[in-house]
Amino acid sequence: MSSLWPELERLLGEVQKPARYIGCEDGMILPAHHPDKAAWLLIYPDTYEVGLPNQGLQILYEILNERPDAVAERSYAPWTDLAAVLRREGLPLFSLDTHRAAGDFDLLAFNLSAELVYTNLLECLDLAGVPIRAADRGPEHPLVLVGGHCSYNPEPLADFIDAAVLGDGEEVVSEISEVVAAWKAQGRTSREDVLLALAGVTGVYVPSLYTVGFRDDGILDVVRPLHPAVPELVEKRTVADLADWPYPNNQLVSLTEVVHDRLNVEVFRGCTRGCRFCQAGMITRPVRERPAEQVRTMVAEGLRRTGYDEVALTSLSTADFSGITEVVADTVSDDACGQVSVSLPSLRVDAFTVGIAAQIQRARRTGLTFAPEAGTWRMRQVINKLIREEDLYGAVESAFSQGWRRVKLYFLTGLPTETDEDTLGIIEMAEKCVEIGRRHQKGASVTISVGAFVPKPFTPFQWFGQNTEQELNRKVGLLRDAARKAKGVQLKWHDTRASVVEGLLSRGDRRMGVVIEDVWRNGGVFQEWGEHFALGLWTDAMDRHGVSFEEHVYRHRHEDEALPWDHLSAGLHKDFLWQDWRDALDEVGLEDCRWTPCYDCGACTGYGIEHVVASAIPPAGGSQGTGQELGPDRVGAVPVGLSQRRPPIVEPSVEPNLLPAGAER
Amino acid sequence: MSVVANPRIRIRFSKQGKVRFTSHRDVARIWERALRRVALPVAYSEGFSPRPKISYGLALPTGYASEGEYLDVELDREQAESLGLVSQGILGNPQDGLIGRLNQVLPVGIRAQAIAPVQPGSSSLQQAVVACTWEFEVDAAGFDEVEAWVSRVLDADEIIVERERKGKRVTDDVRPLVEALEVGRGRCGTGGETVRVTAVLGTQPRALRPVELLEAMSVDPTAGPHPPLSARIVCRMQQWTLRESQESQESQESQESQESQESQESQQSKEDIKITQGDARVEPLSVDAGPAALVETRV
Repeated sequence: MSSLWPELERLLGEVQKPARYIGCEDGMILPAHHPDKAAWLLIYPDTYEVGLPNQGLQILYEILNERPDAVAERSYAPWTDLAAVLRREGLPLFSLDTHRAAGDFDLLAFNLSAELVYTNLLECLDLAGVPIRAADRGPEHPLVLVGGHCSYNPEPLADFIDAAVLGDGEEVVSEISEVVAAWKAQGRTSREDVLLALAGVTGVYVPSLYTVGFRDDGILDVVRPLHPAVPELVEKRTVADLADWPYPNNQLVSLTEVVHDRLNVEVFRGCTRGCRFCQAGMITRPVRERPAEQVRTMVAEGLRRTGYDEVALTSLSTADFSGITEVVADTVSDDACGQVSVSLPSLRVDAFTVGIAAQIQRARRTGLTFAPEAGTWRMRQVINKLIREEDLYGAVESAFSQGWRRVKLYFLTGLPTETDEDTLGIIEMAEKCVEIGRRHQKGASVTISVGAFVPKPFTPFQWFGQNTEQELNRKVGLLRDAARKAKGVQLKWHDTRASVVEGLLSRGDRRMGVVIEDVWRNGGVFQEWGEHFALGLWTDAMDRHGVSFEEHVYRHRHEDEALPWDHLSAGLHKDFLWQDWRDALDEVGLEDCRWTPCYDCGACTGYGIEHVVASAIPPAGGSQGTGQELGPDRVGAVPVGLSQRRPPIVEPSVEPNLLPAGAER
Repeated sequence: MSVVANPRIRIRFSKQGKVRFTSHRDVARIWERALRRVALPVAYSEGFSPRPKISYGLALPTGYASEGEYLDVELDREQAESLGLVSQGILGNPQDGLIGRLNQVLPVGIRAQAIAPVQPGSSSLQQAVVACTWEFEVDAAGFDEVEAWVSRVLDADEIIVERERKGKRVTDDVRPLVEALEVGRGRCGTGGETVRVTAVLGTQPRALRPVELLEAMSVDPTAGPHPPLSARIVCRMQQWTLRESQESQESQESQESQESQESQESQQSKEDIKITQGDARVEPLSVDAGPAALVETRV
């Protein structure tokens, strides 16, 4: 249990960016290990630069180290050069805090934010000296856990992990620590005992305690518990009120440059806009706002403590935060904070948003980004991103007239029911934006960034057969041809080959395990990095193991078909999602439930929790991309069709389920 | 209205331990955050994206340690005056608490050691420094072997190294940059005796790195093939700047005047510098320490 630093120190001169491996961040904790404490190694299976800023990992790091029965350290995937050096020298994966061997920890807990990192999980286990297959591990080995958004379908990783944790981690990590500390106190005897105890913790899924059946045609039939004590349906965890969890309290400040290198303050969790392609919006419901006063404190204290000159107010749609205008105004005018810039990731598309942006970007008005996601109103109704043309053009007009010189627009292609007219609508929209921009500025330009749509579990599009690689390429070709003729429009697109592999892993079942292992054994690591991604490794492995894109990715799934994640629950009722899928195909939008009565999706009612928002009155600014007429003078018809079973629209201010923040505490 | 220049301060700091694996650029960002945290009124550039006016000395290669790193910070005159920083002269006093406050917010391994005002009009850190003293241990080599290497270097008339510069291969004779070289014995934890080299290497017209020299001259042409020498834990011990005149040597006890001398050396005198033991023309680039003795010198 000693530090590997003396050995590592000798070797770090050989690798690129050695500062990735030294720890030493401001905010780092050097915990006192003890045989009675559950020792967690929190691992982000991507580079340090990508992983360090992850808020989820930092929150758990602090919460665990505050507990008397747990300690937590961190690790990130070593780049290929260090991995080779470690293997050559016979050294294991290590923690960054005390440079302790990964195999000395009781739990290796991976944060999975993206599917393409799955092979890195195997790489980290192997470097740690831990058997990659759960079945080969004994009581002397660490327990391997995964959490984060990808853990909602952990089936492709079922062979490699001991448990997956669903939902918010703040509370459940403490319960897991108790189970593991008790197991240690009893001498770490049988691995089955601890797994069974973990399966008894709400939110924890132990794949080895479930069996999977297949139909004669090879389609998944059912996932069933093997033991009477484990639940048939594993429910996610949700913290009721963010005000109880003001974390990270000591955000880690890296000594070397990382992505999102700034203070990050989460202003709310969850989203009710109901964009049908968005897994994050579906699985993190309901909306839980942090009280504005707590946000102010976290911003002011965070800036003072870290020395950062930039703060991001993070959420899935920050302009929806009640009192966003006031919080932003307070931050930029707080002299104690010095020259601070505020960034608002995930801005919605409307003039109100541009107003906030103008308030915070007084100097650097270079570029502003919006995500209309689809090029036609029909398509946006299908995906329920109800931005009207006038919302976008109003936002763009407002941006160019206030001095921004470049606007960036995000779109998806390969969406359900998408026609070539919808695809080309992206370019038409961009051209119109350039036209608006040139009324204000001669050199106005618009960059459009197009990603291929990948259907995700627990969304209404989970039944949709993803576009084939060929079809995605054809659509990208259409866009390229059209963009070439469009003045002032620059087109960027994502690698369509990586999208189909992402599709395979996002909705795959346990049969993906052998494919993942095969790719890893053939050197396929860092697959989320363009320089390392190799489609051939995947297709060769799939051929060897009889797995096809046709069956697992491109095929539309049936209503009566079991889905690999049916035994897990994100709170959403499957019939709600199915109805929403039907509505999508009927081009029927669904209003933001924050301003309407409850649709009973299950995310609130199932757990006896509610939205926690400071204000039930929508802020001024038109439809705010919901397609609804919002604001005090809201009258008349909503420009989206509502299906018959939907409840009628009522005034939002009388909505009973919208409580002031903290009112229930 | 006459324009009065902003006051500048020079900070000397050390870089040791794990943090030596951070890059020159990382260290710059660490300082920007630290200076914001102690609320020092740093001057900012004008324009589109204002930057703090901080200048850093000769880059220390990633992985090297140092006992003598420097940065110059320009303060906003108005704010500094309103805080009484200039009138009370407390920035010149290492005891004013700023060092202590900086060391509370700097990462483990980076320590501010001294702070002093910089005289108006003095040259930049990069221009002022003419040589650096380095110490390093030689890996897996005996004392005699290293001593032979030192002799080879000191006896050589020229040492030609080839390197890539802006995509082109260029050759330099680096022998004139070797001002002093000495081998000694050190102790390394429980590992027994180690061989330690102290080198004074010039920085004008370009800085010679200790490892570059070790690689260039590590193969003994008379002894046949053997593995090249390699260094571990290279540490910059001192940076040297030119002294203007003999008179100023008399006042070298006074830290204030040392600072003022740094500003006065001319571009001319740098070109044919040879540093000798007790050479009166040079002094450490320092904000508080007296000149260190130079060792084993080539005359």
